[in-house]
Amino acid sequence: MSKMTVEVVTPERVVYSGEASMVIARGVQGDLGILPNHMPLVTPLKIAPVRIKTEGEKEIRMAVSGGFMEVRGDKVTILAETAELPEDIDVERAKAAKERAEKRLIDKHPDLDIRRAERALQRAMARLDVTNNQ
Amino acid sequence: MAKGIREIRGRIKSFKNTRQITKAMKMMAAARLRRAQEKAEAARPYARKIREVIASIASGTTAVKHPMLESRPVKKTGYIVITSDRGMAGGYNGNIIRKVLQTIKEKHKSQDEYAIFVLGRKGRDFFRKRNYPVIDEVVGLPGNPTFADIKKIASAAVQMFADEKIDELYLCYNEFQSAISQVPTVTRLLPLNAVESGEQRKVNYEYEPSAEEVLSVLLPKYAETLVYSALLDAKASEEGARMTAMGNATDNATAMIDKLTLEYNRARQAAITQEISEIVAGANAQA
Repeated sequence: MSKMTVEVVTPERVVYSGEASMVIARGVQGDLGILPNHMPLVTPLKIAPVRIKTEGEKEIRMAVSGGFMEVRGDKVTILAETAELPEDIDVERAKAAKERAEKRLIDKHPDLDIRRAERALQRAMARLDVTNNQ
Repeated sequence: MAKGIREIRGRIKSFKNTRQITKAMKMMAAARLRRAQEKAEAARPYARKIREVIASIASGTTAVKHPMLESRPVKKTGYIVITSDRGMAGGYNGNIIRKVLQTIKEKHKSQDEYAIFVLGRKGRDFFRKRNYPVIDEVVGLPGNPTFADIKKIASAAVQMFADEKIDELYLCYNEFQSAISQVPTVTRLLPLNAVESGEQRKVNYEYEPSAEEVLSVLLPKYAETLVYSALLDAKASEEGARMTAMGNATDNATAMIDKLTLEYNRARQAAITQEISEIVAGANAQA
């Protein structure tokens, strides 16, 4: 099976670097499955889990926010403001954040920044998703 | 005379204590400097990648236009000034603040023509006390700042540019050259200078949804990244400056201790000599 290299980079460090047979990410226009030899592509990503399938049928999931993806030949680079592997995620905190954001959106406080609350909710859901806690 | 000796001994002791502290601070600064440098190094791939993609869009066939790439008449200028929270770093804060004031003095006639975003307690206190127009501030940044720590102020500044509240944005910080040399610099952040890719690899990307849209997402991100890497650079400079300052302080304390020790021994000698001559005089009187 053909492979490609995948790198996930945040401003602070390289979060993941390795080989993969497929990358599944949510672009602004919908989910994208990238296989080796995909044509060069650049797209912003939504706040959502990114799935990286490695050779041994293993799947690495990552919560990515504020990112975009660059595909070039056999190299996929995901640049994101935050990218977290399941083991780096504080589940309790994400749950609390989700509840808080949901409550804010329901309460509809007059000076509520709806977009901010929505983004917070998306981030929390992405985190819970990769840790299999819905 | 005996009192003089005791006084000198006390002063030696106090200098020794000070030296201990400055020495410890120097060593801590050296350790932090190394960490800060590593951090700055780790941040580089991200900035490089974004620059690469932007460059390849800019060099693409279609002439892409974006307000962040275009100069417009300057009515108001924004300055992001990066200072430290703590002192004890020699001329670190003084240098950058002086540089900013000089720039402002040269370019502006009234306070309406500029606005200041300030990072770090030292800079904030300075500008506030003198009633400079400070719009936003971040203090209490940790030793190892994360992107999230400055995201707010960076995007606020970039947003103001996008909203045309400011027409230019400058980044003022101490650029790290080496552990002993930091240069206060003022560089223009926005509008972005023409981004050039170092190596001209032509890749024809497919942009989703479109080149313009991708660019409009990437450019603000890029600007924010530049602020973040400036901050990391400034942190390394801060520790470097502190290391040098504390090294000097330690040397000065050592010199003072040497001088005082000499004085102390002289005084002690004088006291002994006097005592002996008194005893001899007494013995002579008896005889």
